[in-house]
Amino acid sequence: MVIDDLTEIADKERAARKRYTIRCCMAAGCMSSNSKGVKEALEDAVNQAGLQQMVEVRGVGCMKLCCQGPLVQIDSATAGATFALESNEVGPLYQKVTPEDANSLVSTLKGGQTPVQRGDPRHPFFSAQLSIVLANSGFIDPERIESYITAEGYQALHDVLRELTPKDLIERIIKSGLRGRGGAGYPTGLKWATVGKAASQQKYVICNADEGDPGAFMDRSVLESDPHSVLEGMAIAAYAVGANQGFIYVRAEYPLAIARLHAAIKQAKKYGLLGSGIFESPFNFNIDLRIGAGAFVCGEETALMASVEGKRGTPRPRPPFPAESGLYNSPTLINNVETFANVAPIVRKGAEWFAGIGTEKSKGTKVFALAGKITNTGLIEVPMGTALRKIVEEMGGGAPDGGKIKAVQTGGPSGGCIPAEELDTPVDYDSLTKLGSIMGSGGMIVMDETTKMVDVARFFMEFCMDESCGKCVPCRAGTAQMHQLLNKILAGNATTRDLQKLEELCYMVKNTSLCGLGQTAPNPVLSTLRFFRKEYTDLLMPDAFGPRPNAVNGTGHAAAGRNLAPTEGVPSSGK
Amino acid sequence: MAAKTLTIDGKQISADECATILEAAADAGITIPTLCHLEGVYDVGACRLCLVEVTGISKLLPACTTKVAEGMEIRTDTERLIRYRRMTLELLLAERNHVCAVCVANGHCELQTLAFNQGVDHVRYEYCFPKWEVDNSHALFGMDHNRCLLCTRCVRVCWHIEGAGTKNVSGRGAKARIISDLNQPWGTSDTCTKCGKCVMACPTGALFYKGSTNSEMERDRDKLEFIVTAREKKQWIA
Repeated sequence: MVIDDLTEIADKERAARKRYTIRCCMAAGCMSSNSKGVKEALEDAVNQAGLQQMVEVRGVGCMKLCCQGPLVQIDSATAGATFALESNEVGPLYQKVTPEDANSLVSTLKGGQTPVQRGDPRHPFFSAQLSIVLANSGFIDPERIESYITAEGYQALHDVLRELTPKDLIERIIKSGLRGRGGAGYPTGLKWATVGKAASQQKYVICNADEGDPGAFMDRSVLESDPHSVLEGMAIAAYAVGANQGFIYVRAEYPLAIARLHAAIKQAKKYGLLGSGIFESPFNFNIDLRIGAGAFVCGEETALMASVEGKRGTPRPRPPFPAESGLYNSPTLINNVETFANVAPIVRKGAEWFAGIGTEKSKGTKVFALAGKITNTGLIEVPMGTALRKIVEEMGGGAPDGGKIKAVQTGGPSGGCIPAEELDTPVDYDSLTKLGSIMGSGGMIVMDETTKMVDVARFFMEFCMDESCGKCVPCRAGTAQMHQLLNKILAGNATTRDLQKLEELCYMVKNTSLCGLGQTAPNPVLSTLRFFRKEYTDLLMPDAFGPRPNAVNGTGHAAAGRNLAPTEGVPSSGK
Repeated sequence: MAAKTLTIDGKQISADECATILEAAADAGITIPTLCHLEGVYDVGACRLCLVEVTGISKLLPACTTKVAEGMEIRTDTERLIRYRRMTLELLLAERNHVCAVCVANGHCELQTLAFNQGVDHVRYEYCFPKWEVDNSHALFGMDHNRCLLCTRCVRVCWHIEGAGTKNVSGRGAKARIISDLNQPWGTSDTCTKCGKCVMACPTGALFYKGSTNSEMERDRDKLEFIVTAREKKQWIA
């Protein structure tokens, strides 16, 4: 494979492009509402109408507005525009399509009418998005490598192998300001440089696709919609750090993503884009899949590596960091799916272009999975620094049925709840941390006025309790105790002392746990306590051993218990 | 071998460059409480009792797995550390069924001793009272999961000293438990060499030699009657 072969494939693909393209979403969300049936019906309808020469029915990745699926969009190629991506000719978007609608949809190509509900592709939900990671999502066929190659796929890998030294490449990633999209936001270039500098014959690259936060589906969508972008990113990273073997650790709950990754790896190997002597250079790189067995903690990098090695997935103390001693004790680079998907665009378009997007300390875009009490549920990609209000109110369309938004939960069980008053916060790593939440992997759950915050805290605590691996005491026993205390508060059996105990435990578990799971498990409680303390204190009962009622002003026991000032026994260590 | 100088609790000490904070402290006569640490097997940093504060590092570090560095300033006895240690012990005591009065290890239990030394005179958390079984299927040893701390010392000695690989951990969170082979009764294990190292390693009464529990403390009064009858009536009635 040389660059000419790549161009040839792309040219052939462009030449074969027909006058109309009917794009039908084939990601897990739409597939669950029978988009496969829709696609088959559309193909039949095209054949019946005798339009095979003019119309292509293409199964594509996520088209983002998941709540209105199955989604179908019809593009027409104008003269000159060779590919839908390059033209701005995105046609009408049809929502909630059923197989029975196929004939009427195809008839619109000949001037007919269709009763199918039309979506607005110019709604802020679409127009306010800026796609880097999801640029191909919804346009290319994720099951065909040719489709990806036509969208400039594997060009970046070629350019890197031909024109850049690993050092220059790492320099470029550092300059771009890309930070890890898995949640913690560690500078990606720095991580690459550390692994690159490690002296070892054997190094590994791992893609963390163990997306486990409740309500998050960004990584799944990327893998289902554009698997090759992740493979290309991994290959570029491998070249930068000097690795020859990669692993994608993907959870078993994502069968479609696994199938598409399998197919993508096979195709890439067939074309010589993975394997030995890629692009006739001395660079070798292979990727294998490892399927997770359903443990949230395996998203933690050291637990993930243990699991890849076939051991019990429990974290271990760091240092040594994976960059020094990781998988099979070799230096290992671990990045998230979205991080890898950002790599090829940065190489193609330059570090300055990427650094020009976003805020001072958070560059580029972030994909969010918008879910919960919101009108437009789906996948969005926005520049860093976009105000939360813009995301939930303009793009998301606010709470359904005229409800009022109460809080937005980010970062899953490790994150926190941001109250409606703080909606003007720009979304980037640092501002969310300041609010006691985290960027996390990108789950964004919107809650309306009917949501009880103590309930929310209990839900996430139960999740962490069940998902704790059981290795260290604070996480294993502490989450269980906190869950018990939250139950007690919700049952109305708790006193101020219990609340105090809960808060003290939060800080203790946060500060003493072994890995990120335990260290962040108290965050949902702490952040709801910070912004919605009254919801907790309203549930408390009078404290039998609390301060005696003041005889002079005559306040009763109940009032004394409820009006107690926020606990003062909170350790100074907590931020 | 190069030495590093550092201070622990204000005391200047020197330590071997590959020593852990725990080893350096022990050399200097400073005791840091530990539970999952066991001399002779590698450390896992699971019990979190040995956490120390190091100036300039915001996180608390486990002394058992952190290597010493030049100029480190370590505190092992701050108010916060002492409070966390107590809370950790309280959490352990509330987690399973630790009833010292009926335990084989009473008086020889590391959890009991630690709790005593750290001044844990009561537990503020609600006892969980889980229902764990006792595995008495082994000919020589027993395992009472009610007293297990999941320190995994037994697992580590079984794999890395004996090399048998019988013991392991299954399940997760509070439901995690020590298992034998493929989660089968210990007595049916093919790999157990009956070496007893796991029992030697156990900090509590979770693993014990058979015949040492109070319920096994049976008196054979019939024997006395048999001897007396034999002597006086010359009758050997069994």
